[in-house]
Amino acid sequence: MTDMQTLYLLVPLAPLVGAILAGLFGKTIGRTGAHVVTILGVAIALAASVYIYQDVQAGNTFNGTVYTWMVAGGITFEVGFLIDSLTVMMMLVVTFVSLMVHIYTIGYMSEDPGYQRFFSYISLFTFSMLMLVMSNNFLQLFFGWEAVGLVSYLLIGFWYDRPTAIYANLKAFLVNRVGDFGFLLGIGLIAAYAGTLNYAEVFAKAGELAAQDMAVTGWPLITAICICLFIGAMGKSAQVPLHVWLPDSMEGPTPISALIHAATMVTAGIFMVARMSPLFELSDTALSFVLVIGATTALFMGFLGIVQNDIKRVVAYSTLSQLGYMTVALGVSAYSAAVFHLMTHAFFKALLFLGAGSVIIGMHHDQDMRNMGGLWKYMPITWFTSLLGSLALIGFPLFSGFFSKDSIIEAVHASTIPGAGYALFCVMLGVFVTAFYSFRMYFLVFHGKERFGQEAHHGHDDHHADAHDDDHGHDEHHHGLAPGQKPHESPWVVTLPLVLLAIPSVLIGFFTIEPMLFGDWFKGVIFVGDNHVGLKELEASFHGPLAMAIHGLQTAPFWLAMGGVALAWFFYMVKPGIPAAIQRTFKPIHSLLENKYFFDRFNEIVFAGGARALGKGLWKVGDQGLIDGVAVNGTARLVGWVAQMSRLFQTGHLYQYAFMMIIGVFILLTFWFNRG
Amino acid sequence: MTDIPLLSLAIWVPIFGGLLVLATGSDRNAPLARMLAFAVAVAGFVVTIPLYLGFDTTTSAMQFVEIASWVPRFNINYHLGVDGLSVLFVILNAFITITVVLAGWKVIEDKVAQYMAAFLIMSGLMNGIFSALDGVLFYVFFEASLIPMYLIIGVWGGPNRVYAAIKFFLYTLLGSLLMLVVLLYLFMQSGGSFSILDWHQLPLPIEPQILIFLAFLIAFGVKVPMWPVHTWLPDAHVEAPTGGSVVLAAIALKLGAYGFLRFSLPIVPDAAHELSWLVIALSLIAVVYIGFVALVQADMKKLVAYSSISHMGFVTLGFFIFNPLGIEGAIVQMISHGFVSAAMFLCIGVLYDRVHSRQIADYGGVVHTMPKFAAFFMLFAMANSGLPATSGFVGEFMVVLGAVQYNFWIGFIAATTLILGAAYSLWMYKRVVFGKVANKHVAELEDINAREFAFLGILAACVLAMGLYPYPFTEVMHASVNELLRHVAVSKL
Repeated sequence: MTDMQTLYLLVPLAPLVGAILAGLFGKTIGRTGAHVVTILGVAIALAASVYIYQDVQAGNTFNGTVYTWMVAGGITFEVGFLIDSLTVMMMLVVTFVSLMVHIYTIGYMSEDPGYQRFFSYISLFTFSMLMLVMSNNFLQLFFGWEAVGLVSYLLIGFWYDRPTAIYANLKAFLVNRVGDFGFLLGIGLIAAYAGTLNYAEVFAKAGELAAQDMAVTGWPLITAICICLFIGAMGKSAQVPLHVWLPDSMEGPTPISALIHAATMVTAGIFMVARMSPLFELSDTALSFVLVIGATTALFMGFLGIVQNDIKRVVAYSTLSQLGYMTVALGVSAYSAAVFHLMTHAFFKALLFLGAGSVIIGMHHDQDMRNMGGLWKYMPITWFTSLLGSLALIGFPLFSGFFSKDSIIEAVHASTIPGAGYALFCVMLGVFVTAFYSFRMYFLVFHGKERFGQEAHHGHDDHHADAHDDDHGHDEHHHGLAPGQKPHESPWVVTLPLVLLAIPSVLIGFFTIEPMLFGDWFKGVIFVGDNHVGLKELEASFHGPLAMAIHGLQTAPFWLAMGGVALAWFFYMVKPGIPAAIQRTFKPIHSLLENKYFFDRFNEIVFAGGARALGKGLWKVGDQGLIDGVAVNGTARLVGWVAQMSRLFQTGHLYQYAFMMIIGVFILLTFWFNRG
Repeated sequence: MTDIPLLSLAIWVPIFGGLLVLATGSDRNAPLARMLAFAVAVAGFVVTIPLYLGFDTTTSAMQFVEIASWVPRFNINYHLGVDGLSVLFVILNAFITITVVLAGWKVIEDKVAQYMAAFLIMSGLMNGIFSALDGVLFYVFFEASLIPMYLIIGVWGGPNRVYAAIKFFLYTLLGSLLMLVVLLYLFMQSGGSFSILDWHQLPLPIEPQILIFLAFLIAFGVKVPMWPVHTWLPDAHVEAPTGGSVVLAAIALKLGAYGFLRFSLPIVPDAAHELSWLVIALSLIAVVYIGFVALVQADMKKLVAYSSISHMGFVTLGFFIFNPLGIEGAIVQMISHGFVSAAMFLCIGVLYDRVHSRQIADYGGVVHTMPKFAAFFMLFAMANSGLPATSGFVGEFMVVLGAVQYNFWIGFIAATTLILGAAYSLWMYKRVVFGKVANKHVAELEDINAREFAFLGILAACVLAMGLYPYPFTEVMHASVNELLRHVAVSKL
């Protein structure tokens, strides 16, 4: 094993060791010990990733096996690494955001009795996510895929005595399993038709696969594979209609909302499709499917962000909408733009989430924005970094989000694939909606009248009011500020990550757009077919990031975003009575949004209720009624009945026996003589 | 090494050891009986280790063969041997026996010697089933193994134990009588041989093949159990003591599945192809139908029992899609299910020993009082729902891959276990372990002790080891599975 290979191994293993130490020996090493070992592990992973990044930049890539997991059916199943530009970018994003979140957690979870357990989980998550992105084959991809799902499950249910949390984590796991169901079938098709699960070998056979139809169904094989794989991405990256778990996942502690449910895990689906570009490029049907799902998610989940009052849920719906943008980019073959937006989004969305968490600490665990207002005075660092994050999110020129989102919109504009028109409408309107809900949140939280410390609290979470009847130890959810109490800025372990995340949120787009979208960074990694436009038109008109930003000031998305900001300002700063009036006037629409298009209700009744009813029916009618009732016990009764009958013949009277014997003899004789 | 009769030792060490334990007599000597039983179980396991170490993975021929004349007049032999299809089960069986002895250590206080002896004897008899190469020898072991299990349920079982024991006994007896008829028929047809290996080469017309296949299907299908002859299993599990459930799920269910591999497929390959649709259909019904039934169970043991049936559906499915991924996946699934179902029943036993209830509704918030237990239970629940990096994933993954290769829609239906398995396992886990402390029984629970930690820890290690590195498990079966597939592909008509 070369030195570089040792280093590759070190990246996932360092966080794993940290997780094991903090998890199994948490009591022995104590709280400080737990955060020291895990932070050290992630820091080592980050440092190694930086080194590997430089190595990759120097042109050294790697594709090799760590160990052979199993050999069966002529397929070698392996655990191995593929280190190239896409991988190393993901490694940097994952380890950097993870390190920030680790540091932040010291402050956020300082009073929680599950401190060591929490650090163990987030380090375990980092390990799993790194295994996912570093994989060179579908088996390990699926491993990482499900492992991050497991850790997400454990972390959403971290406060396991809250009914809402353990409801949300089960829901998250099961919805993800629906996606994984598709994903596994996709992998099965690849194994069946390509005979290997190694990326490079599969991609080499992509053309061959594209020429085939499936044996039983007669579908074009490549389309079936891509759609099955994408169903997996829909679960993990929360695309409609498998998005329902992500808003509920906000039941978990805020640091993991930032790390898992915004910056990294939910982008795994985007990463996977980008990685599979050599396959997706061969099926326009699959790409159109991707595009329409993404566009729908981008717009319609944005709408839901408008009506939320819980600060974390606003950010959650914004995440859904932004994931939709990334998916749209995949659909129009602008894979590098999708990955670029993935990266910028990871920074500014982690920033927004951690900022929201800081607000929540300042508000003593009150998450309802209706109880906030004017916080800028009390929490200056949180306020300013959140403003930067919001500007990045709405795509304000020169901020990182501008470069990535504008590239996506331009790519949709140029695309000719079926569904591109609808997608363009969605992403354009989505810009307005994003700006509106982002600055609605910003104004409600940081500006306007100070609404905290009043006697009458709004129930901070109307949807789950029934579940909030507990006041157990570490459920500080409802505390909020006492009358007269003022919010306070968070400690440095919380604000430092905010500052460190704010820097890339502002700057990274400007410095990386050229190499990532138009340079050679993804050459040989991301593949765009000649029949697809991708980013080619955009490349022709690109004259440096500064020119792009200046040009951005004259385009529709900029004015749509400004319109959204202005409207939010007018509604929530100038005339605060308007939203309520609109809410009254358009009651049906509001109720549709309030109920999240009734997806949850539908799933609860049809899928959850249906499954239970079906199970009950099969059990009571099938097992107990027919099989046991009729067949088994019926046989027993039949035997009993035959026995009863035959007992009648055994009367014990000799004359009856003799009489029967004579009849028998006569019958036998009759047959004997007539036997022909 | 070859001159040591390893297989005989694997069979007779536990049986004679069991008799020795029985000789300790009444419960006054219970501590002695326990220690002795543990020693015998460990010895029984130790003698199986050379079976793996000395196993030649390059050949599909029988290994560690022992042959001696038993009833010369009918050409019945004491003929033992293992190949890649059976060797792992002998080791698994011996291994599980250790955990069973540990699990019954403190819990069983009535008729301790008899209890331990029953399990040891049962273990030896089941090793006999896995290694017998003579039809009559197989049948004798097959039938004899019913008796200890019948006693375990009937003597140490729950309130409804008599109904359950009789249901178990009659169900399986019905199947094995049909098997006896077939064995006699094969004896006649082969010109007076009871050798299973001879029968593999015996040409047969299609009509008798079909009849033989159906008889085997009933005989082994009851044991597996396959839908719709499965209803004895939930009852037997619910009434059996923890150790009984463990052996039943981990080993006894594999006897039927093993029968398909050793008898149905190689003896009547044409009928197996002809009727594969039937077995596949029944298997898929087991996976889906039973998955839904498991979801609504209120009794934890019933839930895991139904989950076992659903998982065994994967095994029979894997056998009848006739590709290496399917068959190897099915065998891996059997081994893994041995670990996981054993662990699940042991976990339920840990709770039952403390609260004396198996009802999910009687629990809630167990994690507050039993955090170590909760961690183990989480691992096993995840393994039960087929999470990668646990053994539960490997077999399901292989069978789904094999099934998609065979027919996309079969793979599609089979893969629903990904959702159903997670739903019933984790929903139960949520209601039992998460949440606030539900009642004073839960509040008073004590976390697992060193003995419980030991057996759960060993099983956890097995589950993870097999999930992270299944290579050593699949390696031993390649030659035999390939030979089996080659053999099954050749018509006997």
